[in-house]
Amino acid sequence: MTFINYAAREINCKIVYYGPGLCGKTTNIQFIYDKTGTAAKGKLISLATESERTLFFDFLPIELGTIRGFRTRFHLYTVPGQVFYDASRKLILKGADGIVFVADSQEARMDANLESIRNLKENLREHGVAFDKVPYVLQINKRDLATAVPRPAIEKALRLKNEPVFEAVASRGTGVFETLKAVVKTVLMDLNTR
Amino acid sequence: MWDIARGGSAGMAVSDLVLHEADHRRLTAILDGLRQDANAKVTFLIDKNGQQLAATGHLDGLDPTSLAALTAGNVAATDGLAKLLGETEFATLFHEGEHDHLHINVVSGTAILVVIFDERSSLGLVRLRVKKCSIELGSILEEIVARSRAQRTSTVGSYAQFAEITDDDIDALFN
Repeated sequence: MTFINYAAREINCKIVYYGPGLCGKTTNIQFIYDKTGTAAKGKLISLATESERTLFFDFLPIELGTIRGFRTRFHLYTVPGQVFYDASRKLILKGADGIVFVADSQEARMDANLESIRNLKENLREHGVAFDKVPYVLQINKRDLATAVPRPAIEKALRLKNEPVFEAVASRGTGVFETLKAVVKTVLMDLNTR
Repeated sequence: MWDIARGGSAGMAVSDLVLHEADHRRLTAILDGLRQDANAKVTFLIDKNGQQLAATGHLDGLDPTSLAALTAGNVAATDGLAKLLGETEFATLFHEGEHDHLHINVVSGTAILVVIFDERSSLGLVRLRVKKCSIELGSILEEIVARSRAQRTSTVGSYAQFAEITDDDIDALFN
């Protein structure tokens, strides 16, 4: 549901970071906020619990520059990863132009990754969106941990439609902007097909 | 022309809205009338995804992007609550602050009308005026949606101007 404003010459897109609890969705957004100039970003809003777990969503509006004479503005959202917040996840997912799935590389979290992808597909279907069609990028996060599963094994389990894949250590910023760039690209290229 | 087109890829849910400059002027005129009649500080209209369609009043010091996103989130969460109770929606929300108050009303199922007011007005007055102008806003929105759908089915290449976006264009955004 890209929002194109011809008078203001703006393209507005919604990107949702999805994934299991504690996989690093908020860390991605926080890093983007920290490294983006003041003029190009709005406030970072985090609706979180007292223990800093995402309760409803994080929201960060950023402006990336001009393309074909249009300012490109992206609304970045994260969903709450914890299983019991599914109703909230479904609400945030609505109207997404692109999705980043942040996977947790730790072996102990592989089941949670799989469950989260299954949940993503189900929630997309309930919104009438085909998973096969939606602009989508896979980020495998926490690559620095000793318990990280080798990339080929993660890709075999989680890469479902030949989507771009990025290894990341979001806490240090590694792979964060590469992931963002890839999802922005798939979203903007998707405009061509409409 | 102020043209807002929302759509999706093949197979995705599609919801288009094409708003022309004339529509924008009509919506703004109604919002401005409401602001004066209700003695409110700010009135604005956003879509259910949190994008601002029109606004009037003293917006200085406000962060309209955050306000719109949080309002849409608020309405979405309340819609979820309504469905749990077997209701279609809770069309009106009211948040009472110490100084400023927020009146939120879903219009025509597609947009959200927000009124910010203080002690110079009252909830009763705002509610009355919102009810009155919601009908007018609703009919314009329905007209816009109907026309957008007709236009969508008859137009090829709604996004033709973006058909030639290249890798270099996207690289440039990140340089």
